[in-house]
Amino acid sequence: MASNTLVSRRGAGGLRAGRRRRVRASDQGRQRTLISPAQLGRRRGKTVYWIVLALVVLAFTLAFLGPLYWMVTGGLKTTQEVVQSPPTAFPTSIHTENYSQAWNVMDLSRLLFNTLYYAFGALAFQLVLDVAAAYSLSKLRPVFGKVILGMMLATLMIPATVLVVPQYLTVLDVPVFERNLLNSPWVIWLPSVTNAFNIFLLKRFFDSIPRELLDAAAIDGASPLRTLRSVVLPISRPILGVVSIFAVVGVWKDFLWPMLTLPDPSRQTLNVGIYSLAGGVPENVLIAALTIASVPTLLIFLLFQRNIMSGLTAGGLKG
Amino acid sequence: MSAPTLSTRKPSPAPRGHHRPAGRDSAREEFVRALRRNISAHGFLIGAVLCFSFFSWYPMVRGFFLAFQKTEDGRTTWAGWSNLSYVFNDPAFWQAWRNTLLFTVLALVLGFAVPFVIAVVLNELRHAQGYLRLLVYLPVMLPPVASVLLFKYFYDPGYGLFNRIFEFFHLPAQQWLQDPDTSMLSVVIAATWMNMGGATLIYLAALQGIPGELYEAAELDGAGLLRKIWHVTIPQTRLILSLLLLMQIIATMQVFTEPFLLTNGAGPEGSTTTVVYLIYQYAFNFNNYGSAAALGLVLLVVLAGFSAVYVRLSRSSED
Repeated sequence: MASNTLVSRRGAGGLRAGRRRRVRASDQGRQRTLISPAQLGRRRGKTVYWIVLALVVLAFTLAFLGPLYWMVTGGLKTTQEVVQSPPTAFPTSIHTENYSQAWNVMDLSRLLFNTLYYAFGALAFQLVLDVAAAYSLSKLRPVFGKVILGMMLATLMIPATVLVVPQYLTVLDVPVFERNLLNSPWVIWLPSVTNAFNIFLLKRFFDSIPRELLDAAAIDGASPLRTLRSVVLPISRPILGVVSIFAVVGVWKDFLWPMLTLPDPSRQTLNVGIYSLAGGVPENVLIAALTIASVPTLLIFLLFQRNIMSGLTAGGLKG
Repeated sequence: MSAPTLSTRKPSPAPRGHHRPAGRDSAREEFVRALRRNISAHGFLIGAVLCFSFFSWYPMVRGFFLAFQKTEDGRTTWAGWSNLSYVFNDPAFWQAWRNTLLFTVLALVLGFAVPFVIAVVLNELRHAQGYLRLLVYLPVMLPPVASVLLFKYFYDPGYGLFNRIFEFFHLPAQQWLQDPDTSMLSVVIAATWMNMGGATLIYLAALQGIPGELYEAAELDGAGLLRKIWHVTIPQTRLILSLLLLMQIIATMQVFTEPFLLTNGAGPEGSTTTVVYLIYQYAFNFNNYGSAAALGLVLLVVLAGFSAVYVRLSRSSED
């Protein structure tokens, strides 16, 4: 293949060029990429670079912040102004009462509370049960541990939407317990534990903790639970952060499952509640409600962006 | 829980097989120790295993049986192949597959290529990269109901933003979601905006792992920009590209939330009815769980086929 010849022929010339460039690359403090630093250093290269940078920043801001800007300001406009054509860039008069109206009419405080309740309950269940399971599979290694792990990972192969129907029928009448979980928070919390991907991430992290550390704790007489609490968990803070964020955001963004299993309007999540009320309120109030619903996850994102992005690439490279 | 206290007295032993049996007593001690270790290990596992049993493994088995069962007046009987033949003879079945495939192809063209191009461009920029990365990932964190309803406003043929932009460039106004020819494309554009942040960041991480020397070598061989992309960038990221391609095919074939929220599922003349929406209709509009499960089984087989092809491809490319 051509790519091989390109690589294999580099030899002496490549080395020399490498040294010459490395000086420049190091004072820039970053790895070299597609465009060579020499090319960028020339006047024409510089001009092109700055033009491209300006265009990209402009395009991205318009494409990704633009809709959010439209949403926040749309919530401040009058109903006529929202549907007016051409649209206005700034609200001609500020109507903050849309936000309070959205809050009251759509009962957003209840929807918000419900969503938080489900999300953090799911987080608690996942942190306790999934961490314990991953710890056991990684460090305590019970018999059949490999089989159990394999069966857990196998659920990743089954498309979630194929499972929705039998899962729904199951929560209508949980076997053995013979309970109907519809409209109860358990219907969100317990299935959220079956997050094989989080177990996989946790187990892989625990695998990297050196055995000696745990053995030392065991020689000091620590029980497995104690070892987990005072040795494993403190080291695992980064991965716990990633898993927690995924758990909360997962519940926050879910739509189909809460729509099916929480039909009672007073128990719905933000997504489902706003969707079911969308037809009955004026546009500007609805847009204000959307803004309010977006604030919590955006806050989480801005606060924890580093963890989220590192967790994402850790997950993406799972192989 | 009592299980962990069982093993407090003894330090946890090295993994099985590391011990040399020195006599009958120690063999017996070894057995007791292994037993204790297993009891506590399974104690840690039990919570997650129960959740998986009830909400994942049992529904998987149940879904399979459901496809061959029929429930009438609360009595469940075997239906043989009748569910499957009902599904295959439903004209909506073929339309749903056509739509799903169209969605998948469009989503691959947009949702696969666009993030890659964006990642390549971002990787070249020496400034504002953090800001741009933040922007790309922003929509992923929005609650789907917010982004979807936003797009619904933008697509509105009357006052929507997109037709205003078209007007500005003197392009003919579109009906977007209300025209069967453009409805699916509109859904894909919205879905791409909502979801491409993750893929972009994963590509970006992969691009940053490409050794700079490869580009230098290519330049010495006189390769231009496009040839460098074709012969260095793409081969170097091929593994992650094909992985994401598969993940994206599997994810897009399960699309539900976006068409459901944008076009109420079916869309004009059923033009956005996807396979999963059909499953939803069978189960929750017609109460025909058997056919829903049968269609789920068909979807599962198709997706498993994709996975098998992928595994084959990735094996043969390694040779």
